[in-house]
This record gives sequence, structure tokens and C-alpha cells, in this order.
Amino acid sequence: MPLSQIPQIPYIPYMPDYQDMTACQIAEYVKAGRMSAVDIARQALALAQSEGHNLNAFITLCEDKALAQVATVDKKVRAGEFVAKRASRRTGNSAEISAGALAGVPIAVKDNISYTGYPTTCGSKMLETYIPPFDATVMERLIDAGAVIIGKTNMDEFAMGSSSETSYFGPVKHPLDPKLSPGGSSGGSAAAVARGIVPLALGSETGGSVRQPASFCGLYGLKPTYGAVSRYGLVAYCSSSDVIAPFARTAEDLAVLYSVIAGHDMRDATSLAGDHPDYISCLKTDRKFKIGIPKQYFAWELSCQVSPVLNQAIESLEKAGHEFYDISLPLTNKAIATHYIIAPAEASSNLARFDGVRFGFRTAGETDLKQMYLRTRSEGFGDEVKRRIMLGTYVLSAGYYDTYYLKAARVRELIRREFENAFKEVDLIITPTTPTPAFKLGEKLKDPLAMYLCDVFTVPSSLAGVPAISVPFGTVPAADSSLKLPVGVQFIAPYMGEKALFQIASILEHLKE
Amino acid sequence: MPISKEQVKHIAGLAHLKLTSREVSRYTKELALILDYFDQLKVVDTEGVEPEKERVGEALILREDKVGSSLTQTSALANASGGNGEYFSVPRVIDK
Repeated sequence: MPLSQIPQIPYIPYMPDYQDMTACQIAEYVKAGRMSAVDIARQALALAQSEGHNLNAFITLCEDKALAQVATVDKKVRAGEFVAKRASRRTGNSAEISAGALAGVPIAVKDNISYTGYPTTCGSKMLETYIPPFDATVMERLIDAGAVIIGKTNMDEFAMGSSSETSYFGPVKHPLDPKLSPGGSSGGSAAAVARGIVPLALGSETGGSVRQPASFCGLYGLKPTYGAVSRYGLVAYCSSSDVIAPFARTAEDLAVLYSVIAGHDMRDATSLAGDHPDYISCLKTDRKFKIGIPKQYFAWELSCQVSPVLNQAIESLEKAGHEFYDISLPLTNKAIATHYIIAPAEASSNLARFDGVRFGFRTAGETDLKQMYLRTRSEGFGDEVKRRIMLGTYVLSAGYYDTYYLKAARVRELIRREFENAFKEVDLIITPTTPTPAFKLGEKLKDPLAMYLCDVFTVPSSLAGVPAISVPFGTVPAADSSLKLPVGVQFIAPYMGEKALFQIASILEHLKE
Repeated sequence: MPISKEQVKHIAGLAHLKLTSREVSRYTKELALILDYFDQLKVVDTEGVEPEKERVGEALILREDKVGSSLTQTSALANASGGNGEYFSVPRVIDK
């Protein structure tokens, strides 16, 4: 048979599955023209629709804008604006190395971060139809870096909760077992990353809302230094502790996402000035850390369930040459009371704006102004939000302000000093992230205080404003199934000490392998 | 510190919340437990400790006092209930 008559076998280029890749790998493939951002976005959107729906991880999918974004990304790649690392290193242009750091990377964003064109609901009936007229600063930065916003994720109502169950849109389910909670309040973001729908997500933290779900879902989660990431466009809950915070599946991906969103912003009056180091090139280090073990975190009776993983982490790090010191943070067990006075107090003030006039839900057919306010707020807010507004109003009210709010503000200052002193002796502090692995949906919903105690290990650093990371390091057996549940190890660093957190996370990541 | 149903109703009024009698009973019980838990702060010696004034302290930067761009009237009012896009509207408060 003449050669020309042999049927041609179409050339099919090897196309890796984006779900098996890190965000850094995806960006490199997209920038090198080896993967199409459009294809990845379509796959991610389809997965978010199927898998995301099963987990109830998303409140809104942002298909139209996502497809417009990928078209821009592919255009920039063709125009040479986003250059692959290898190519740009040759030219030695460092600006090019960071251009398009997240080119074509699908990302999910918690639904309390403003994004034009789609509702920002905060998991509440109150904001079910609210469409923000502006983008949060972090959204602008993500899009500039080439990231593709796939959807807005489910969360505890106004970020008030530790299980993602207080959402008006129903609870989020754990990717390993639908009977379990993925943690909260950023549970939708955590579930979406853990299930592989997206390699990266943004959540927000006030007292552990990213670190705790990261621990429950086996992810890396960072709580940045207070003020390091702009809060412009983040719906306020407790303004003195709120931070936008990233999730990722690897230490490097977490560092890249943080590099994209961190930095000063004139539009946020509490935004920190000052330069950030290159968090990615410093990941590989020979540095030996001095790490403090606070006895109070380990004396906690609940934490015995996760302590085998902690001990293993300490042992591995010790073998690798890092030094451990016993330290004391005596006010640890006062942090929950302090946080749950300050946060509801600020919430009661921040949420006063929801009155049915300027935005959000308004009760139907009410002709009296005062009654309109009362009914709007009573019908628009869920149980936990009302509970915290009540608590906050009480601790700020005449006769109780000194006893509760002022006292808590003073204890907070003492907690901040405790950390400051501890960091004179050590570089980092190691603790469990959570006292237990993922718990069952419904288990703590009827007992507010039990839910608040979930945050016992994450709240102290939130009060102090210092950064902390949850690193997945092992699993523990579930109480009543054959499942092995992930638990995280937490490291706390001094003010603006994120570099050390990424380094220790990277070290631990390699020790695990 | 125990909290009474009357106090709970008073607080709800201050917070502009209208509670059902079932909610009043439940919150009375729950808030009492939570406030009781808060009492542990009493033993912390905070004599002479001033609360932190500024969370980000000296790092604060003030912007230039210059007119910049802002939302248009249409987009600022787009989320308001009632009204016709030119103003906010509330139920009438002045008698006819």
C-alpha cells in the first residue's frame, strides 16, 4: 500500500490531569503553552458542579467571568506577557518570573470576599441577593496573577462557626465522609481543595477558620500576620482579628498564593506597609530552627487524640537537627473566653449595618420603620449570628463593659506580650492545630460552648495578631469507622514571620516523604 | 453571672432583634452558660495593663487628602430595597 493511503493517526499531545498537579505546575504548563487554561477551567467548573454539589462546597459558580478570564490568560501567554519560569530565568528578568504566577490556576474563594457580578452572601439569608459593586483587593491581585475564579464557597454564616453548619445554604460535607464536618468557618474552600476541584482557595480567619478546616481536610492553611493581606472587600466580622487566609495542597503553592495576595493596600487603613521577602526562593533552607513546645497546649486533656502525630513531627524534626525547648504560655486557657468576648462585641457593631435599607434582605410589607428593622434582622440572621450579636451587645452594654469587654481587651494585651516574650527564646512555637480530628455534623451544633472550644489552639495567635500555619503531617483513626482522619501540626511565628512558617512547612513536607 | 429573661429581652431590643418566647428562653439558658465561662477572666491580674490601642501601630500610613474616584449613584444604590434607584427608601416616619 502506498504510504499516502495509510490512515493518519492523529497526533494527541500528552495532556496531564490538572487535578494531579500543583498550582505551580499548572501555571508553568499554561505559560509554556503545554496546557490550555480554557480546558482546565471547563474541567474545574464541571467538577465544581458535580463533586462540589455533593459536598455543598459552593454557593455560586462564576462560569461567565471564569471563561472570560481564561481567554485573557491564553491571550497573555500568546502575547508573551506571562513567561514560563525556565525561559525567564535565562533572561534574568525577575519581574517576569512573578508575572502570571497563577496563570490558568483555578481557585475558589470564600463567599465573604467581594467579587463583582455575583452575590457575596456570607452564607446568610441577609445577603442572599447582595451583589458587591466593587472587587476586594485580593480578587484584583489574583486576577492580575492569572488565577481563574471558579466559584464562591460555602461557609458558616458571617464566618461565625467552626463546622460550616450555620450556613443558610446548608452544611458543607467532609470529602472523606459526608457524615463529618470539614471544619469551619471556611469549610467550603477546604472541601473544594481537598476534593481536588481546585488546587488553591482563599478563606478567612478570625480565630482559626482556615487552620482548623486545613487540619481536618489534610491541607496547608496559613493565618497571615494581622494586616499583611488587605481586608478591603472582606465583609467584616471582628475587624481587629479578621484576616484573609490561603489554603493549598503543598507548602510551595501556599507560599505562591500568599505572595500574590500579601502587601500594602491604601484602601485598608490597617494594612501593613513594608517589604515582603521572596517566599518561594527561600523555601529550601539549611536553617535549623529553635522551636518552643508550650506545655499548656499539650496538657489539654482533649489533645491526647492528636498527640501521636505531634510527637512524630517533633521526633522527625529533632532528628533533622532542629532544637526543641519547653516554654510556657500561661494564658492559653484564657484565650477562648477573651476571643468570645471581643469577637461578638465587634460583630454586634459590624453587623448593625444590616437593617434592610442600604443592602441585603428586607422583610416584606412592614409599614412601621422600627418594626421593619426588627423583623428584617430577626428574619435575615440565623441562630448563631443572633447569639453572637446578643452576646456582643451584652458585653458592651452599660454596667458590663468594664467587667467583660475591657477586661478581655486587657487580657488580650497580656496574651500578645506572652508571645512576644516567648519569641525572644525561640524562632517558632509548635502546637496541635486542633484538639481532635474532624467531628460529626450535628455533634456540637446544639452546644455553642463546645463549638467555641474547637478553636482553643488557634485563637491565642489570632488575638496576638501573629502568623501561624497548619501543616498536614499524619492521620489518626476515626472513633467509629475504619477511616484515617488527617490532623495538622501548627507552627506559630513572630509578627511578620511568614517566611519561617513556609520554611518549616516545606521541611516537614520533605520529612513526611 | 446569671442573666434573666428580662435582660435578654432588653439586650435584644438594643440589638434590634425581635425574639420569639422560645428564643428568649433558649438564649437565656445559653448566654448564662457562656457568661459563666467568661468569669474565668476575673482571676487574671490585669492591674496597670492598658489594651493595645492600634493593632498595626506605627506602621499605619495615611493616604493623601485627594479626591479620588468613587461608586456611581446607580451602583451604590443597586442593592437597596425599595426606592427607585435614586434614593434609599424606608417606611414613612412622619404622620400625614
